[in-house]
Amino acid sequence: MNSPTTLSELCDAVKSLPQVRVIGGGTKPALSAGANLSTAKLSGILEYDPTEYTFTALAGTTLSEVREVLGKDGLALPFDPPFVEAGGTLGGSVAAGLSGPGRMRYGGLREFILGAKLVTGEGRVVFGGGKVVKNAAGFDIPKLMVGSLGRLGVLVELTFKVFPRPATYATVKIEYADLAAADQAMTALAMSQAEVSCLDLDPSGTLWARVGGLSTATDNRVARVLSIATGGTPTVLKGDNDERIWSDAREFRWMPAEHGLIKLPIAPSQVLDVERLIKPLNTIIPRRYSVGGNVCWLAWPETLPSRQLDELCRMLARPAVALSGNFDSPLRARASANAFEKRLFAVFDPAGKLA
Amino acid sequence: MSAEQFLNELKRIYPADRLLTRNAQLVPYESDGLTAFRAKPAGVVLPITQREVIDTVKVCHRHKVPFMARGSGTSLSGGSVPHEGGLVIALNRLNKLLMYDARNRVAVVEPGIINLKVSQVAANDKLYYAPDPSSGPVCTIGGNIAFNSGGAHCLKYGMTSNHVLGIKAVLPDGEICQFGSDSLEGCGPDLTGMFIGSEGLFGVALEVTLRLLPKPEVYHTVQAAYDSLEKAGDAVSLVVASGLLPGAMEIMDHISMEAANVAVDAGYPADAKAMLIVELEGPAEEVEAEKPRLHDLIKQSGAYLVHVAQSEAERYKIWTGRKSAFSAVGRLSPDFIVQDGVVPRSKLGKALAEIVKISESYGIRVANVFHAGDGNLHPLIMYDGRQPHALERAEELAGEILKMCIALGGSITGEHGVGLEKRSYIAGQFGEQDIDFMRRIRRSVDPEEIANRGKKLPEAGAPSLMSHGAHPLEKAGIISRM
Repeated sequence: MNSPTTLSELCDAVKSLPQVRVIGGGTKPALSAGANLSTAKLSGILEYDPTEYTFTALAGTTLSEVREVLGKDGLALPFDPPFVEAGGTLGGSVAAGLSGPGRMRYGGLREFILGAKLVTGEGRVVFGGGKVVKNAAGFDIPKLMVGSLGRLGVLVELTFKVFPRPATYATVKIEYADLAAADQAMTALAMSQAEVSCLDLDPSGTLWARVGGLSTATDNRVARVLSIATGGTPTVLKGDNDERIWSDAREFRWMPAEHGLIKLPIAPSQVLDVERLIKPLNTIIPRRYSVGGNVCWLAWPETLPSRQLDELCRMLARPAVALSGNFDSPLRARASANAFEKRLFAVFDPAGKLA
Repeated sequence: MSAEQFLNELKRIYPADRLLTRNAQLVPYESDGLTAFRAKPAGVVLPITQREVIDTVKVCHRHKVPFMARGSGTSLSGGSVPHEGGLVIALNRLNKLLMYDARNRVAVVEPGIINLKVSQVAANDKLYYAPDPSSGPVCTIGGNIAFNSGGAHCLKYGMTSNHVLGIKAVLPDGEICQFGSDSLEGCGPDLTGMFIGSEGLFGVALEVTLRLLPKPEVYHTVQAAYDSLEKAGDAVSLVVASGLLPGAMEIMDHISMEAANVAVDAGYPADAKAMLIVELEGPAEEVEAEKPRLHDLIKQSGAYLVHVAQSEAERYKIWTGRKSAFSAVGRLSPDFIVQDGVVPRSKLGKALAEIVKISESYGIRVANVFHAGDGNLHPLIMYDGRQPHALERAEELAGEILKMCIALGGSITGEHGVGLEKRSYIAGQFGEQDIDFMRRIRRSVDPEEIANRGKKLPEAGAPSLMSHGAHPLEKAGIISRM
């Protein structure tokens, strides 16, 4: 395993290796399988000024370090990256294109990445974007890196926009008789002006809605959620009980062992379609809908063939990405690269070294 | 293949009334919101179907004729100035709303649709399209995509790119590609994000999937007047440090306020040296809780006059004044250039002081309006193009400001794009190697460089014709930026 400690060492490594596969914190094993280049020693926050709402850090910086440093100033990454406690890194989050349940309110990782320095397949250093919260100069290379799975370049340095973390959070957990009723309540909340921070759904019919803001408004915000999402049995969770719900979601603690984690982006109206298509598989597939039904997280049993996942994706007309589990390739049922993508690959990685 | 053959092929696609080649017909397309640049295209086509756009791009590709897709021509960076002798694909008639889905909170539109129209369509469901450039009532979504347009609410909501989920585009050689989808999440590299802000260099967007948000339930819009620009700037720092996240924070200086008062009767305090507009927005109960905190901060900041909009009409008036600042300044000066450089927010005070110094040393008046929350400056540099070398001097001054933005660690453009006017400064922000890489990307996507040739990147062969005065149609009394 190569573990470069400087940018020039990284460039040398990329130039000398015939194939490059990067590993950050190793929290998404399906993406880092066979890795030969680690960003572990390219870690640390380089620039940070809380009054600017931005920071720049090396790609191997752990999410937990970022959370701790920002937290001291009451700031946070609003897209709520997953795998903080598991040891995930900034670079891994960008490459995997992962946002957590908190993306509901202000948007996902793509909305908060401002700048990226990377090493291309040819070992060239490229910088794109900027270090200020607003920038329209140059091509938006930082955004292109989101979800690129390390195939367009090795990420070195990343700049993000951050926001103040709400002073207080509270979560309303509502149990419904069935998923259809919970789905309806989820839609009503998502379309409402209640501005929920997180909105997750369990297929058993449990809905979680989180609100964040000033403590003096919390009770009224909770009451508002309850007035919109009616018809179920609610419980209001505050303090540690609220935190635990979302930390469990962010870390995928609901996922059993010997399962692979799949991110399946969908349209909110497809929640019931997913359920209908999963039923005939006659296998227990633990799952959870997040971001108001824009993503379905599936725990795919290792015993279930991957072609059944591909089939499910095709029937929904949605590609998916496998983050762990036994898959020959992380991208599932994704159409082959289109002309634009191919032409970008020809510049970022002409020899296919990062493929 | 000759120019005649090229035109003949276009004639097979378009009836005579949608293929403009006569001199008088072409004049309106010679320039855009930045009137200092002007070039004459060989023709203008007015497609009404996506098929026509695709066929047109293919004809251009075959004949190696540069083309430029154009919306309403409101670009402030010369981004929609045509290539001399090239073709303009004017997309205003390709403006259908193809799908609106309130439940999934998305709309699929054609590029010629007007920005504000999208929010109007969604209004019944209390949804809206968040990006609100000042030109919202006239600019098109296609143009917004090309330039990754911003607006007053970017700190909280981000730029255009953050609100576009998918794009169907035709590449400069006629290939059709689909990026993204209608889900907030995706798989694989974010091609949608890469396409946005490419200033037309990657081809033409044909269909765009927009993300809609629930409209904030209530707004609390506060106007605070100060006896110095510094105090207004400090107020912004106070708000930012407090943990509040207002939807917008805007500052106007004395000259721009005066102009807005004259132009749209904005009712701004006449004696103020600076005015801050701060807007809280969100669920009623949250905004109610935030109000006292904001008002404490404003008081602390030394505002001598504070006014809270008491009705939607009053709020509208405050924003109309702010958003008309550009055209209002046009009343104070026959010509002006507007820049949109960005500096780190904490360096706003320094940047403004520097602009005053530069302005004095050139003897050229500069009005300042800015998105203070993002450190996004908008110096309006006033000149009279009829005076010898006035434009050159104004541009030189603008260049000084851009260099200052780079030196302070910012950007040469926050939302207007590089276009024609800032091409020579972009290398200062990125360095030759990065520019060279961007050029390679461009050539990989468009080897002939026919899509909006000469924009965004420093390249030879771009139009640099200069003129002064109002847009040709303004001169003719047909349109007005007021």
